[in-house]
Amino acid sequence: MLATSRTFEANARAGLANDTLQRALALMRTGFPQRRRLAVERLPEFEALRDIAKSIKDHTLEHLDFYLELFEEKVLASGGQVHWARSPEEACAAVLAICRSVDARIVTKGKSMIAEEVGLNEHLEKNGITTVETDLGEYIIQLRHEPPSHLIAPAIHLMKEQVAETFRAEHRALDSGRSLAEARHLCDEARAVLRPRFLAADVGITGANFLVAGTGSSIIVTNEGNGDLTQTLPRVQVVMTSLEKLVPTLEDAATLLRLLARSATGQEFSSYTTVSTGPRRPGDLDGPEQYHVVLLDNGRSALLGGEFQDMLRCIRCAACMNHCPVYAAVGGHAYGWVYSGPMGAVLTPSLIGIAAARHLPNASTFCGQCESVCPVKIPLPKMMRHWREREFAAKLNPPVYRAGLLLWAWVARRPALYHALVELASRALGWLGRDRGRFRLLPLANGWTAVRDMPAPEGRSFHSLWAERRNGDTVR
Amino acid sequence: MTEAREQILAGIRRSLKRGRLDAARETELRERVAAHRRNLVPARAAALDRPGRVDLFVAMAEEVQATVARVNSPAAVTGEVARYLAAENLPAELVLAPDPSLDEIPWGERPLLRMRRGRAEVGDTVSLTPCLAAIAETGTLMLISGAETPTTLNFLPDTHIVLVYADQVVATYEDGWDRLRTAAGLPRAINFITGPSRTGDIEQRIELGAHGPRRLHIILVDDRQKASDGEGK
Repeated sequence: MLATSRTFEANARAGLANDTLQRALALMRTGFPQRRRLAVERLPEFEALRDIAKSIKDHTLEHLDFYLELFEEKVLASGGQVHWARSPEEACAAVLAICRSVDARIVTKGKSMIAEEVGLNEHLEKNGITTVETDLGEYIIQLRHEPPSHLIAPAIHLMKEQVAETFRAEHRALDSGRSLAEARHLCDEARAVLRPRFLAADVGITGANFLVAGTGSSIIVTNEGNGDLTQTLPRVQVVMTSLEKLVPTLEDAATLLRLLARSATGQEFSSYTTVSTGPRRPGDLDGPEQYHVVLLDNGRSALLGGEFQDMLRCIRCAACMNHCPVYAAVGGHAYGWVYSGPMGAVLTPSLIGIAAARHLPNASTFCGQCESVCPVKIPLPKMMRHWREREFAAKLNPPVYRAGLLLWAWVARRPALYHALVELASRALGWLGRDRGRFRLLPLANGWTAVRDMPAPEGRSFHSLWAERRNGDTVR
Repeated sequence: MTEAREQILAGIRRSLKRGRLDAARETELRERVAAHRRNLVPARAAALDRPGRVDLFVAMAEEVQATVARVNSPAAVTGEVARYLAAENLPAELVLAPDPSLDEIPWGERPLLRMRRGRAEVGDTVSLTPCLAAIAETGTLMLISGAETPTTLNFLPDTHIVLVYADQVVATYEDGWDRLRTAAGLPRAINFITGPSRTGDIEQRIELGAHGPRRLHIILVDDRQKASDGEGK
């Protein structure tokens, strides 16, 4: 898909002004964080599991070449195939070749962020293959020609009335007298429309939450069961995934699975967790005849060994965006590409370049919530700072901003001057604001004062209070 | 494709600032994988005795809208199936997994139950399957694919009935892996099922029966009695 991350500021303003989006985001703000908290409180080992999960992922990444080769060996041994793809183009070409080899006309899809990343649907459609998204949220946004706005709830930006409108417009067989007023009606309608599609599909494509090196298995986690129908019914199963999804063993997967659902939706466990290993066995009455894994790199291997390696631990639970005040204010589409929220702010510049995505690492108040809820302890704010440094080093910020920052840096490196200026400024502002106690307008800061008042400084600066207190301590 | 493979692996090694791992290290890592070492396992279920595990399994399964009926013996299963179908206003017909373990149920005593054995087809409304294990910590059923246990039975029909023997209730997922490894190799599919199908994709309201079964009914047989040849499976 075409990234609109360059226009994040305009996207964000549009999101803030969109009343329907704001109603939808209000539901999310209360829902996900509360359910996660309750689930975490029920599992006393949760914190310890986070540390173990982090070390499992770190260990795997440090030996990624070994585990990838082991994974491939095991997939081949179970009768499956592995397709290595350096770029989105190679991944799309591999899937198209698989589809063509069986003359596929209809492809069903479970939710896959990798498929979104490489633009798989567009590629297959361009080549005459019909793609049908089967995750309810993903199906809705496919009908609306929108990208997902959330990692695990792709249609979280919509209210049910909009979904009803979409179904009325797209489902030709839908009786105009039938009510679509409730979420229940909408689910039933989607179920009825998609069931024949599941049965008609020639190829089923899903993502993978984890790959298990020791067994050559892929694991998907869903609540709807769409992923299972997608990978069980067609003749060919394709798993679209990326290098960093590997874990060494089923035991390691169990540890990560205990964190995933709780962090994502606050569930103890998702309805369906499925481990797939190879195609159908002799004597099996169902299941695909072919099992393919498409392994995408797309710049991930270059992140190893550097300051962004930690990002490769991400298990795509969405806890960071569920707890992010910026995401909750502007919604996922503002981020302008596949991944949104704090994880998107770090990952997107790695995948499409900091020049195109420079606003995203700045879309943070650094409140630290994202890092504190991350099940694999990714230091997201720290990595956003790394990106800000790179943005500055590449001279991507506007000249006024750079000049201001350089001036500030010049002053900040001269403590005596800095303290004197702060003291002077706070006294002056305190005197000017002595009547009202706050300012409605400040020169050079109208962006800030447009939406809030600046309190007038009272008394002395923190520095001088601290200096006095420290000196006092020494004397005592 | 081989070119892509070699380039990706070389890129990883370049980023990690090393060459291919030496043989000794690779052997060490392979041994680590083969050891099936468990990480920290939550005490919630692991600390319980068998009756405690079974109670926890039932409580956790019911929490996610599965229904559970406990019966004393395999002989009581047919009566429970008939009762459940009638209570839910479902037709008295079901498709059964062609698994020999289900032969121990006296189906003949209920001539009004119409039954077929095999994979699920379009139009099947109710399926009944065995399971490999039931996991107490989250009320999760563990089912595997195979010639006698087709996967379609778990997903196509609107109602899925699962037969669980009390001695199949284990504490944790790790216990489930161990049960699996005593059988021959990994099956094509391992399905962990926790409650019926659901979605929260519209306004985060949980609705049951998104694409998979709308109802998940668990018949828990407390005493295996003469059905002892399935023990340790």
